[in-house]
Amino acid sequence: MEEIKASMAGNVWKITVNTGDEVKPGDEVVILESMKMEIPIAAESAGTVESIVVEEGSFINEGDVLVKIQS
Amino acid sequence: MTMKLDRSWKERVEEIEKGGAAKYHEANEAKGKMFVRERLALLFDDAAWKEDGRFANAETEGLPADGVITAVGKVDGRTVCVLANDSTVKAGSWGSRTVEKMIRIQETAMKLKAPMFYLVDSAGARITDQIEMFPNRRGAGRLFHNQVKMSGMVPQICVLFGPSAAGGAYIPSFCDVVIMVKGNASMYLGSPRMAEMVIGEKVSLEEMGGASMHCSVSGCGDVLAEDETSAIASARTYFTYMPERYSSRPPEAPSVPAVETDLEGMIPANQNAPFNMHDFIDGIIDEGSFYEIKALFAKELITGFARIDGRAVGIVANQPKQKGGVLFHDSADKAARFITLCDAFQIPLLFLVDVPGFMIGTRVEQAGIIRHGAKMVAAMSEAVVPKISVIVRKAYGAGLYAMAGPAFEPDACIALPSAQIAVMGPEAAVNAVYANKIASLPEEERPAFTAEKRKEYQENIDIYRLASELIVDDVVPPDQLRDVLTERYHLYENKEVVFSERKHPVYPV
Repeated sequence: MEEIKASMAGNVWKITVNTGDEVKPGDEVVILESMKMEIPIAAESAGTVESIVVEEGSFINEGDVLVKIQS
Repeated sequence: MTMKLDRSWKERVEEIEKGGAAKYHEANEAKGKMFVRERLALLFDDAAWKEDGRFANAETEGLPADGVITAVGKVDGRTVCVLANDSTVKAGSWGSRTVEKMIRIQETAMKLKAPMFYLVDSAGARITDQIEMFPNRRGAGRLFHNQVKMSGMVPQICVLFGPSAAGGAYIPSFCDVVIMVKGNASMYLGSPRMAEMVIGEKVSLEEMGGASMHCSVSGCGDVLAEDETSAIASARTYFTYMPERYSSRPPEAPSVPAVETDLEGMIPANQNAPFNMHDFIDGIIDEGSFYEIKALFAKELITGFARIDGRAVGIVANQPKQKGGVLFHDSADKAARFITLCDAFQIPLLFLVDVPGFMIGTRVEQAGIIRHGAKMVAAMSEAVVPKISVIVRKAYGAGLYAMAGPAFEPDACIALPSAQIAVMGPEAAVNAVYANKIASLPEEERPAFTAEKRKEYQENIDIYRLASELIVDDVVPPDQLRDVLTERYHLYENKEVVFSERKHPVYPV
C-alpha cells in the first residue's frame, strides 16, 4: 500500500484519478494549488487507487495523505 | 645479512599491504566493498603515489598501517592528498597512530595547498587507545580543527564507503562534498543499538543514518552512488570542476555544443503551470556536463556544476516541476551551501529564476524559514565570483532577492521576454489591492473587473517597461542565451571585488 502525501501545504485543486483506476509510477493523481502554483502530485509505485482521502477545495498540510494506492 | 634484511623488508611490506585478516576481506566482498588499496588504484591516475607511515603499528599483530593509508598522488593530472580507512583492520577504527597519520596528511595538504580526499570507512574511535587519540592536542579533535582551517583553502572531497560513526561523522560534514555508496555508507552520531539503549528508540541503520536517507532527507549527503566504482568515478568528475586551491581557477575542457532544444517552446505562457527546468539547463550548457549536487534533496531548487563553452559554472535554478519551484527552508539552506562552495573556488555563478517566492504558512515558519532564507540571501549577496541572473519566467517577492536580483550586484541581470518581475503575481496582487472593491460589486461584474485589473497590472510590470527603467540589464531571446552567457562570463573573467571590510560576517546560521 502506498500513501501518496502532499509535498507542501495548499488546496486540493483537482483530483485526476478515480477509485479503482490503475496507476503507474509518475502518473499524476492530484494537482494541488499553492502559492498560486499548480503542484502536480504523482504516484511513486504502480497499483490501483484504493481510496481518495481528500476532496477538491480542501486545505491540506505538508505530509497529509491524499490518495491510497494498493499495489 | 643484507639478504635477510631485504627479505624481512619485503615480507613486512607484503604483510602490511594485505591489510587485515582474510575473514574481514571476505565480509567486505560480500557487501560489494573493495579493499582500500583497490579504491586508491581507481582514484589515482597511476601507481606513482607515495604513502607515508606505511609501517605504522607494524610491530603489533593485526594492525597493518594502523588501519589507514595516507598518500600523495595525482588525480586528473594534479597533486592531491588522500586518507583512506582500511575497514579490514579493526573495522577502520582510529588508534593513536591512525589519527597522527591523518593529521599529518592534512598538514601536507595545507603545505602543498593541495586538495584533500577522504575515503571514509571507519567505525570511529578505538576505545582502547582513547587516552592517546581522543582528548590531546594532536587527538582526533585536531582533524576537525584542520578541516575547518582547510575549508575554502583547498577542495575537501569525501567518499563514504561504509560507516562514519559518532565523532567520525563530522569528517564528511566538514568536507565540501559527500558522495555516499547506496546500501553501505552511513553517518550517525549514535548507532541504532545505542539509540535503543539510551533513548529507547528502535530503528534500522538505513532509516536513521543510511545513504539514501542522508541524500534525500537530512541533506548531509550530496551524491548517492550505486556502487563503489561509480562513487570513485563521481569524485573524479567532481574534481574536474574544482581548482587545486582558492587562488587558482578550475580547469577548462573542450567546448561541447548544447543539446538542441526549443527553449522558448518549453516555457509555458501560464506562469502558474509547471515545466522541467532540467530541460532548460540542458539547452544552454555543454552537453553531458551537468554534475548535480543534492539531486534528491530539496528538489524544488536545482544546484550543480556544468560547463558553458568548456568553462565551469555553478548553476542555481528554481524547479517549477517540484513544489512549484517555491523556496523552502531546506532549499534555501541547499542554495547557501552551494553558492559558498562556488565562491570559495572561483566558479562563476548562474541563477536561473522562475520563483513564486518563499513558502508561507505555519509549518515553514516553525521550521525557521526566515533564518534559512537569510542564509541564502547572505551567501548569494557576498559571492564575488562572476554572477549572472537570468529571469526565465516569474521572479516574485523575496524570491527575486534570493536569486541574485538587481539589488545584489550581479554582473548582469538578464531577462527573457517571458520574464515577469513583481512583488507578487497578478491574481494575488489584484486580490490584495481590490479585495473590498471586488466584494462590493455585484457578482456578475466581478470577473470582468478582475480581468481588467489583472491586465493593467500585467502592463505595469511588462518586462520591456522594466528594461526601460534600467531594472534589468538586457532582454535576450532564449535561443541567444547560451551565446550571451558564454561571452559575458568571458568578459567578467578578471573580476576582482572585495565585498566588505571586516574580519568576517556574523553568519545568519
